[in-house]
Amino acid sequence: MNCPDCGEPAEATDRYCENCGGSLQLRRTPSGGPIGRVGGAGCVGCGGAVSSDGYCETCGRAQPTGRDRMEFDLELVAGVSDRGRSRARNEDSMAFGVVGPVDAPQAVVTVVCDGVGSTERADSASQAAVDAAIEAIVDALLSGSSPRSATDDGAAAAYESVGELARPNSPDTAPSCTLVSAVVTQSEITVGWIGDSRAYWVSSSPDVPSRRLTTDDTLVAQLVAAGMDEAEASASLNAHALARWVGADAEQAPPHVVVIQPEAPGRLLLCSDGLWNYLPDAESLAARVSDAEPLKVAAELTSIANELGGHDNITVVVIPWEGRVP
Amino acid sequence: MTDFQVEVYQNEYLPQGSAEVNAIVTVTASGNATPAASAGADAAEVIIIDTSGSMQHPATKLAAAKRATAAAIDALRDGVNFAVVSGSERADLVYPPRLGMRPATALSREEAKRAVNALRADGGTAMGEWLLLARELFATQTSPLRHAILLTDGQNVHERPKKLERILEGVTGQFVCDCRGVGTDWEVKELRKISTALLGTVDIVAEPADLEADFRAMTSNAMGKEVADVSLRLWTPQGATVKFVKQVEPTLTDLTDRRVESAARSGDYPTGAWGSESRDYHVCVQVNPANVGDKMLAARVSLVSATGDVLGKGQVLAVWTDDTALSTKINPEVAHYTGQAELASAIEEGLEAQRAGQIESATAKLGRAVKLAHESGHEDTAKLLAKVVEVVDPVHGTIRLKREVATVDAMTLESRSQVTKRVGRKSEED
Repeated sequence: MNCPDCGEPAEATDRYCENCGGSLQLRRTPSGGPIGRVGGAGCVGCGGAVSSDGYCETCGRAQPTGRDRMEFDLELVAGVSDRGRSRARNEDSMAFGVVGPVDAPQAVVTVVCDGVGSTERADSASQAAVDAAIEAIVDALLSGSSPRSATDDGAAAAYESVGELARPNSPDTAPSCTLVSAVVTQSEITVGWIGDSRAYWVSSSPDVPSRRLTTDDTLVAQLVAAGMDEAEASASLNAHALARWVGADAEQAPPHVVVIQPEAPGRLLLCSDGLWNYLPDAESLAARVSDAEPLKVAAELTSIANELGGHDNITVVVIPWEGRVP
Repeated sequence: MTDFQVEVYQNEYLPQGSAEVNAIVTVTASGNATPAASAGADAAEVIIIDTSGSMQHPATKLAAAKRATAAAIDALRDGVNFAVVSGSERADLVYPPRLGMRPATALSREEAKRAVNALRADGGTAMGEWLLLARELFATQTSPLRHAILLTDGQNVHERPKKLERILEGVTGQFVCDCRGVGTDWEVKELRKISTALLGTVDIVAEPADLEADFRAMTSNAMGKEVADVSLRLWTPQGATVKFVKQVEPTLTDLTDRRVESAARSGDYPTGAWGSESRDYHVCVQVNPANVGDKMLAARVSLVSATGDVLGKGQVLAVWTDDTALSTKINPEVAHYTGQAELASAIEEGLEAQRAGQIESATAKLGRAVKLAHESGHEDTAKLLAKVVEVVDPVHGTIRLKREVATVDAMTLESRSQVTKRVGRKSEED
């Protein structure tokens, strides 16, 4: 085989290219996410000069940054993350990668984090979390760990990296985020989560129902799980407040994990509440998922959320799964 | 070297269509705990002592003023250039003998105190003349830190208010002046006009015996200053207007009209000299509202030295949102100082109404003041208010006007009405 970055020959078992140092076993979205602002030199509002801190020197308007709209496509997995229509910045982050040699991919790893809006630097928290989690999951997989244990490692790494962002002595402003991760192999799908970002199985077969794979870490979800009527549970105070999250002020515990072996092909969908607030149940969501390639599906769902109000940041990652039905 | 730190406290979230952005800017200067002795030459001090005829009634007043002046001279750092002026309907140089200043040494201190001791009280009061001589004295010096103390016991009767105003315009920015009124025959508003223009403080020293300690404190405070002529620079976007810029801590001083344009969309507001201290400013900017989800830099705040060096900076932001949970959140700092400003004007208007015999208006205003002082935990002001009115219920601001109010109590309340109480911050409690 050859290194996909520089073309130099390499051994199939090498992890890194001897020539350029690039990874031979992983293709992934850029670490740190897109940084800085996008577009040309002038202000998007008035055309005036823009200062180095990202505000127009004339009208003061904040300039769009790369985080406002992120799109990544690795063919086997693709995703869109959008600021939405009413938030000033995008505090969601996503990272995904394909593990294994280019010509023989072994697993797709995806992490989506939603920065908690009431905390400072929630965008830094979610970006730090996705980067730390994907790196830990991939490392664990490459050193032979099971997807389940790799998922645990990913969440632990996210806790650690977000915890480092907290300012000393002020846990109440500690940045924090949710986390949902997926390790997709040819035999099974392992989903881990903390908080209220979700994973859905969107079935391509009429015989197999689509379904939600995660249960939110919120009071309302806990009340419903305990048997309370959904409407009644939603009415209680702070019903949608998170019961668990990733951050310095959070109690660290392993993520919830589910493992599925779908009976028919379909697509795994990871998303933040910016999407599922508008399409909460699996059937209504599945009805809006077209047969297009992953990036197009993610973009379509993002548009739908924006058309329905775009009240929060929207992140959608789509992973097609053909699988091997035994 | 002094370091300046700028912190901005605000709720940047505005509801759709809203245009007013409020922020509290906290500036903290930290420098050498003990200024180097060699820094003495950088400072100049003029002490102005009222020697009008009234200072003789009672005679203890003049004696106390002399002792206070001596204490202030003793509190000068070695090497600080100083002069003493006596004021009546004209201004006379008491020390040194010829126009100029002398560095503080054991010998010059003795000479100055001897000259002060020989002073006699006679004649009228024309404060503008005193300030003009102070300016002339400072003009003989190159010291960047220029501070004056003005002591009086009476009203500026031998000078038209217009003339004083004109003189104030001429001396503004030349030096900082703290004003003190002794006894109860002077007028708070008049001295405040001088202290505000010259970025100093005003206070009452009801008992002549207390002058000495007060003068010593003022002088040591002036000696603690390290950086002179610092300005607060405000950049605002096109189409925005600065509604006001006020110092809100430690005292209320409206700087809005003191703006000097420094560049396109930028203006400088004078803040005077700084030692190791912290001050709060309330900045209110009116901007053109943008769409929900848009974010704007409503103001760039920086602290600028006399030579144009930027000492510190901060940002005031505006983000429009339809999330009422965000936009209705009240910033505690902004609310606190808005309340403090309201408290100060309630006191002033209340006392004015009381003097004019408008019982209903005075009762309402002073009642409001009692309520606000109670709410904000401003105990010092609450105590002063309780001497002027009978407090029935501080929570609701129910009061009765007292039939007899000691002039000294009303004047003390008025003098200190603009002294604010720092907002309680979590970080300070930690």
